[in-house]
Amino acid sequence: MIDGYELVVGLEVHVELATATKLFSASANRFGDDPNTHIDPVTLGLPGALPVLNRQAVEFAMRIGLALNCTVQACTFHRKNYFYPDMPKAYQISQYDVPLNVDGWLELPGGKRIGIERAHLEEDTGKSTHIGGTGGRIHGSDYSLIDFNRAGVPLVEIVGRPDIATPDEAKQYVTELRQILVAIGASDAKMEEGSMRCDANVSVRKPGAPLGTRCEIKNVNSVRSLGRAIEYEARRQIALIEGGEKVRQETRHWDETDGRTHTLRTKEDADDYRYFLEPDLVPLAPEAVWIDAVRAALPMLPRERRARLSSATGAPADGEAVMVVVERGQDDYVLAVASAGADASRALVHVKEAYAEQGAVPSVPAADLARMIVLETSGKLTSTQAKIVLAEIMANGGGDAEKIAAAKGFEAMDTSALEAMVDEVIAAQADAWAKYCAGEEKAMGALVGAIMKASKGKADGKAVTALLQSKRG
Amino acid sequence: MPDTPQARISPDTVAKVARLARLDVSSAEVDRLTNQLAGMLEHFADIDALDLAATEPMTQPYPLVNVMRDDVVKPSLDRDEVLAAAPAAEDGRFRVPPIIGLEG
Repeated sequence: MIDGYELVVGLEVHVELATATKLFSASANRFGDDPNTHIDPVTLGLPGALPVLNRQAVEFAMRIGLALNCTVQACTFHRKNYFYPDMPKAYQISQYDVPLNVDGWLELPGGKRIGIERAHLEEDTGKSTHIGGTGGRIHGSDYSLIDFNRAGVPLVEIVGRPDIATPDEAKQYVTELRQILVAIGASDAKMEEGSMRCDANVSVRKPGAPLGTRCEIKNVNSVRSLGRAIEYEARRQIALIEGGEKVRQETRHWDETDGRTHTLRTKEDADDYRYFLEPDLVPLAPEAVWIDAVRAALPMLPRERRARLSSATGAPADGEAVMVVVERGQDDYVLAVASAGADASRALVHVKEAYAEQGAVPSVPAADLARMIVLETSGKLTSTQAKIVLAEIMANGGGDAEKIAAAKGFEAMDTSALEAMVDEVIAAQADAWAKYCAGEEKAMGALVGAIMKASKGKADGKAVTALLQSKRG
Repeated sequence: MPDTPQARISPDTVAKVARLARLDVSSAEVDRLTNQLAGMLEHFADIDALDLAATEPMTQPYPLVNVMRDDVVKPSLDRDEVLAAAPAAEDGRFRVPPIIGLEG
């Protein structure tokens, strides 16, 4: 809700599939190569060239549909007709009234479900570079150069329902979707490289009012800009309405540098693509046995991984630690550390804090981290010492925590020694102790500080606090 | 309005379709094409009149589904050869006139 208005946002996400070849031809699907080195008669729309569907692309598209709880159905391909130099056939092969995947949902980490209307297969276009004019922009350019390497690359367009109500939910949706796509291996889903692209349909309304006129925002290249663009666009529309003007239905372009959206084209004359059935392709009707096999082969999805890690560690499934560790793919590792005998919640904290630079398979053996955590939880290492020992273990790609601790002079301070020290400090700081016993919690700080000083930092702050509390009774 | 072929398609529609297809059509041609297209639609009206309740919808005349290929890379066309056939090329890419204004 912004200034008394509700936001209504629906996202359309295009993802490039991680196939070896294009959707309808055998040229390589590869990003970043020399221009026009992956071209063939189908890609170039040469007369007589006929498309043949890539089985792997269909399988990836089905994985996406199933991971998003869609129904996979028999479907057809259509031609979407328009003229643009990055598409030499003058039509894009897409799916229209009967797409492959329909009626699913994506669950945000907090539990809210965003509906998925459809997820259909289509081909990507080539890439244009605008030369001359000002700064590579299309307006005022002298001419354009076209690279067809991307033309014909398989895409799945995932059309979400307008169930998103805040910029933050939009960011969560895209983040979760990205993680799902990577987990199922369907796409590398890199927004910065354009293998995942997101358009946002944004409108505003007073609560209970009919839907407002929507604008489509394009050119959003990161999760962060998505949030900013939606927020900007909503405020722009609210200002128009409050000023007595109307929102025009149009496509707007997000400009990262000035943080605004700009009119790209108005839709007074609605797009007229004259869709018709692609006569060069036969229908696609995945057999139930194929669909079942794809479903059965789906890996554990991020939501399930978070639930599993949450129940093992007691940390909330949508809390930062669980989210971060699952996103890094280190949840299996945390569970391995726990099964090697360590406290799972300590394992989660250490991995979350120390393993940011590590991949899904960290360099430190799970057993080595487990041994370090056992020392920590048994009170033989303070949490500060534990971090130092872990840093040393990580620098060496493994190591025996006990030896490192000994080498660093982190002697075990056993409970009786600590207790004796606590008693000495209580005697020496009788005033502070009396205040603490009288319920003045602030006095505890002075006592803990004195004990830490007496122990030369070797006492565990948590153990000291616990001892003081138990002695107060 | 009676359901005549002329009621199904207007000169405006023909002019619009021509524009979308980038066809330069004179107003005399629009009139002629409107009549011809109306005649074709009349033929479809004949089909509409049939009782096809028992006929399966057909999206393709071929009795085929699931024609697919394996995901195996084959060699690309030679870039220089392809670009030599283009009206203009630069820097390994096809050179085209400025894009703005072309959009329908």
